[in-house]
Amino acid sequence: MKREIWKGSEAIAEAAIRAGCRCFFGYPITPQNEIPEYMSLHMPQSGGVFVQAESELAAVNMVYGAAASGVRAMTSSSSPGVSLKQEGISYMAACQLPGVVVNVMRGGPGLGSIQPAQGDYYQATRGGGNGDYRTVVLAPANIQEAVDLTQEAFDIADQYRNPVVVLADGLIGQMMEPIVWKERTPRELPEKTWAACGRGDRDHNNFVTSLLIDAPSCEAHNLVLAEKTAEMEKNECRWEEILMDDAELVFVAFGTPSRVAQTAAENLRKQGIKAGVFRPITLWPFPYARLREIAALERVKVFVDVEMSLGQMIDDLNLAVAERKPVRFYGRSGGVIPHVSEVEQAALEAWKEVK
Amino acid sequence: MPSYFTHRLTIVTGHYGTGKTEFSVNLALALAGEGARVALADLDIVNPYFRSRERRELLEEAGVRLIATSQALADADVPALPPELHALLEDRSLRGVLDIGGDPSGARVLARYRPRLKGEDYQLLYVVNANRPEVRTAESSTAYLRAIEASSGLRCTGLVNNTHLCGETTPEEVRRGAALAEEVSRRTGVPVLCHVAEARFAEQLEDLALFPIEIRMKKPWEL
Repeated sequence: MKREIWKGSEAIAEAAIRAGCRCFFGYPITPQNEIPEYMSLHMPQSGGVFVQAESELAAVNMVYGAAASGVRAMTSSSSPGVSLKQEGISYMAACQLPGVVVNVMRGGPGLGSIQPAQGDYYQATRGGGNGDYRTVVLAPANIQEAVDLTQEAFDIADQYRNPVVVLADGLIGQMMEPIVWKERTPRELPEKTWAACGRGDRDHNNFVTSLLIDAPSCEAHNLVLAEKTAEMEKNECRWEEILMDDAELVFVAFGTPSRVAQTAAENLRKQGIKAGVFRPITLWPFPYARLREIAALERVKVFVDVEMSLGQMIDDLNLAVAERKPVRFYGRSGGVIPHVSEVEQAALEAWKEVK
Repeated sequence: MPSYFTHRLTIVTGHYGTGKTEFSVNLALALAGEGARVALADLDIVNPYFRSRERRELLEEAGVRLIATSQALADADVPALPPELHALLEDRSLRGVLDIGGDPSGARVLARYRPRLKGEDYQLLYVVNANRPEVRTAESSTAYLRAIEASSGLRCTGLVNNTHLCGETTPEEVRRGAALAEEVSRRTGVPVLCHVAEARFAEQLEDLALFPIEIRMKKPWEL
């Protein structure tokens, strides 16, 4: 297959179009401006619609509207912009509307910086909007995976009728890597009989609403959503294990830090320390079960969590490890990327403690 | 180094992702290696990351003066141009490499300096990369070249083939890019100046007018 060099953000945009996304609504923000820029040129050429909305809030509600009519729709932004979209994501989850939200994270909180970060982990994995809902959160660590996961995000969204978040850090959005465009086998998906796209031959109108004023019916609806949550937890969890067959020191990292950790692990192995990398690909559902198994292995001595935040995923790691083994942390935030040597040093210190 | 770069100023343009910054940083280092007084001007107002200003230390150690947005704004994407650029235009004993941000919007910064540049000894290069989807055909690459000329108000004087696949580059990739560059040259009348490839491929590509480089714009996990 032919390899091409793509920048992360533009690859995500092209991947969405190839996955059948026909509506993109967005508002510019660094470091993901190539997504709306690419969409503005190529979405109309693909017979779709591009709108630069007046705000992030408007954009996500346009996705809500398009999704309600049964069309594959997407929006993208970066951290502060994604905060603004949380209301729309909650409403979409409530109304069981599929849609894809891409967050190319930068330094926060607030306006923060424009350099890469991962401080939106809590927001993405806990559902940053109100109410009882979860979204599948896909975290690519290279451009090929950004392409593949973006395409699959649309299938996952349609399968569960739920918004899906693609959570990339700024570096994934901005760097260039070779990729191939694979032949995709889309999932078998249910027909969108619920879509508000004209009554046609139906004997009823389809309504899309999240207002359930009667408490027991609101609870009954939440239980329907909870069933889907359980299904997503069961079916969609994924991760990658790198150099893990004999690992005694286990880095846990997603996105860019997982690649920094991999170089650190390779360097540590040259110094006689058997290091490996456990990389969650879905941040929700989080791979608790597999990490629990790894934590129970006798050879595994210590976990080192590496993040481009001051420590968010580490809470999930601690839930999985449940004090079976020590968990140490190294993180940089605000847009600073952890250096390989710093990660190595943190690992050496953790290793000294347990050896 | 072969004398592809005999003009006092070399202006580097192209679609984003074609490898202008890698080429510019390598060129500045090569010129400094020949003993020239060199300044590299980072005039990228398009990209927020992977800009030549990130290699300040490397450049300054090699004696290359880096002209970029003030250090206070090094991580920002404000489209501010460094006033020090005028030093490059005034001081004719200085060799200059001007790294222009991607695409025609990025090349617009040149329009501002056009009246000054007209009187200078410069070459304006357009970087060709056959693996970049938006400019991989002779037609689209030519259209970009023309758009960059239109927004900068300057004529392109040379083509640089910088076709690569990051760490997966092979000599065949470079040759495929050479064919594209020749076709763009036929269509535009702009000559192919040289072909960029990592120095490790020099022997396999000795029949090409080669500008050998080392990868300087590494990713964080490659440092």
